[in-house]
Amino acid sequence: MLLVEALRDPASTASLDADGWAALLSMARAEQLIGTLARRLTGLLIPDAVERILDEARVNAEYQRRSALWEADCARRALAGYSGKVVLMKGAAYAAEGLKASEGRHIGDLDIMVARADLPQVEAALLAAGWDWVKEDAYDDAYYRDHMHELPPLIHKERDRMIDVHHTILPLTARPKPDAAGMLADAVMLENGFYVFSPTDMVMHSAAHLFADGELDGGLRNLWDIHCLLMEFNDDSFWSALKSRAEHHQLSHAIYCATRLAHQLYGTEIPKDWRNRHRQDKWYIMRLTARDDWGRGTCKFIRLVFYIRSHWLRMPPLMLLRHLWVKWRKG
Amino acid sequence: MAGPQSPKYIAERADQLLVEPLDAMTLIYQRRSGITHIVAEPVPEILAVMGGDALSAAEVAAWLAAQFDLDATDAEAVVATRLEELAALGLLERVRA
Amino acid sequence: MSVHEFRVKVGPVAFRICSAWKRPIDQLADLYRDYPTPEIPDYSVRLEARSPFRRFIRPSITLGGDYMLPDAAPLPLAQGLLAAEMAMNLQVALGWRRHLLLHASAVEKDGKALIMTGASGSGKSTLAAMLGHKGWRFMGDEFVLIDLVNGEAAPFPRMISLKNEAIGAMQASALDGRFGPLMIGTPKGDIRHLVPARDAIAQIAVSATPALLLFPSFGYEPAVREIGASEVFMRLTQASTNYVALGEAGFTTLTRFIKTVPARAIDYRDGIEAAALVNQLWDELA
Repeated sequence: MLLVEALRDPASTASLDADGWAALLSMARAEQLIGTLARRLTGLLIPDAVERILDEARVNAEYQRRSALWEADCARRALAGYSGKVVLMKGAAYAAEGLKASEGRHIGDLDIMVARADLPQVEAALLAAGWDWVKEDAYDDAYYRDHMHELPPLIHKERDRMIDVHHTILPLTARPKPDAAGMLADAVMLENGFYVFSPTDMVMHSAAHLFADGELDGGLRNLWDIHCLLMEFNDDSFWSALKSRAEHHQLSHAIYCATRLAHQLYGTEIPKDWRNRHRQDKWYIMRLTARDDWGRGTCKFIRLVFYIRSHWLRMPPLMLLRHLWVKWRKG
Repeated sequence: MAGPQSPKYIAERADQLLVEPLDAMTLIYQRRSGITHIVAEPVPEILAVMGGDALSAAEVAAWLAAQFDLDATDAEAVVATRLEELAALGLLERVRA
Repeated sequence: MSVHEFRVKVGPVAFRICSAWKRPIDQLADLYRDYPTPEIPDYSVRLEARSPFRRFIRPSITLGGDYMLPDAAPLPLAQGLLAAEMAMNLQVALGWRRHLLLHASAVEKDGKALIMTGASGSGKSTLAAMLGHKGWRFMGDEFVLIDLVNGEAAPFPRMISLKNEAIGAMQASALDGRFGPLMIGTPKGDIRHLVPARDAIAQIAVSATPALLLFPSFGYEPAVREIGASEVFMRLTQASTNYVALGEAGFTTLTRFIKTVPARAIDYRDGIEAAALVNQLWDELA
């Protein structure tokens, strides 16, 4: 796939003609990786028309970075009276720590994690500081509170920005039960006062997120995060620490599969004995790279399989039926 | 209102703000947030007198009174309200006493 | 999937458009035949069938592209030109970061631009179309692009999208105009496209210095009102889809615009009154 090739080896774009560039840019936009691509291609000799498009992507990525850090700061001020740790997750965390994964990255809603027992206090503080429920809906509300790993989403009334408050990294109904309290305990404070996960837990969350949330939508983006994190944290002790933390959090499967896919797609350096291909890898790769030259999703059947599979993973079968039934009745 | 417990505030650093007076209103662009605020007096004046110091409403009011021929006691209540609003917007930070 | 394709450059913006049907592409190629053809497009637009069936049975167009709205309603095939126009506008509205984007119309004279903005129904599009056939160069009726470095206005003269009464009025006054098919009963009423006059296309890459900003309102006794700078600022931030994303560059560009370009609100009841007010203010202020 053109996009994977360009991210993995930016110099490979030297052979692209006009149609090739058009296809690459549409794929990158569809996967929300255009800002990342722009950063990867910085400094290369590329056609002026493409450079102008990539400059636009750089402006936009800077806007998203600025907004994400500001939202994080607003949440910090709103929670100034809360004594527990408030851990930034995903895009905002990478940006706050200045990690390579944040370079050009698309960042949407703000995700934070706090201790589960403190949710009511955190919720009350955010409501008092101008956030509000996105929707008042008894079913969805009860569903979130009983089964999800986060509060129903809140939106700030003036800034119109969403925040997701998590208390763990996976839905409570998912089979793996990561040790959320352990993740909070190990979270580290940055110089600017924000907390982020420890390096191994950061990779853990990204891998869990890749497989558990959605139908591998945005999977290329997620795997690029994982690729960057692994490249940046890679040292002698990292891989054995990652292995034992993955076992502790019941996420070995996700970690092995994610690192293998990152290796196969982006050429991420991983230990030799982590590289043995599995039979299902090619299905994942097929799903992850299913885009045509106009940015359209292809391989409809594989997408459907992953859609059903993703719901299966998230919920025990009876609950899945109930969920689909209630959603269907409500149209 | 004044007293040892009254909160103090630190203004956003001046190099983070682009200030553009238009008519009765002034535009303030904050670099860190990318947000443009449209404000009326005495907000630009408050931000200007605060500089980089941690000040209470009474102290800000005293500074304003010295510069603009106001009664400091009258000004304090207005200033205290404005400071809370500006803190909510992120243009000031409330400092824990 | 079989694909019909067309490329066109409108002002600084290059598009490629693909369609599951040949007809909309033929119509675009005919109306845009005098426009430049780009090599590498800035944006891709897709006119897609909702399902393989719907390519043939009650064919209806789903709008797609690099940027999409999740809830965009499909349009019947007969409104293919409108679908293409909406999808092209959407790419610019959501993607463009090379200029400050104002949702406005503009015409040019002597290297200076008259910019008109307001809610839909204010008549800004019809006024620009009309002036474009009365000695002004038509620069666009959807977006005006303000340069982030020098403040100049770049044209975006796509097809003029005439609505309802404006169709008859322009058919009467632009006798040599080239029109697209009449589309009846679209979500925006009746629509017919008009190719901008020859000079608008010949000078498609020529910018102009903003010299006057008008906020027209249609349907009231002729009047002119001054507007305070801070109100102009607020209205223009609302008329811009990329002001916030541009950050500091957006702020400096917009404040410079406001401090250098005189602004007035005008009321008018018909084209003759509007033209008289425009000419009077242009002589006074521009």
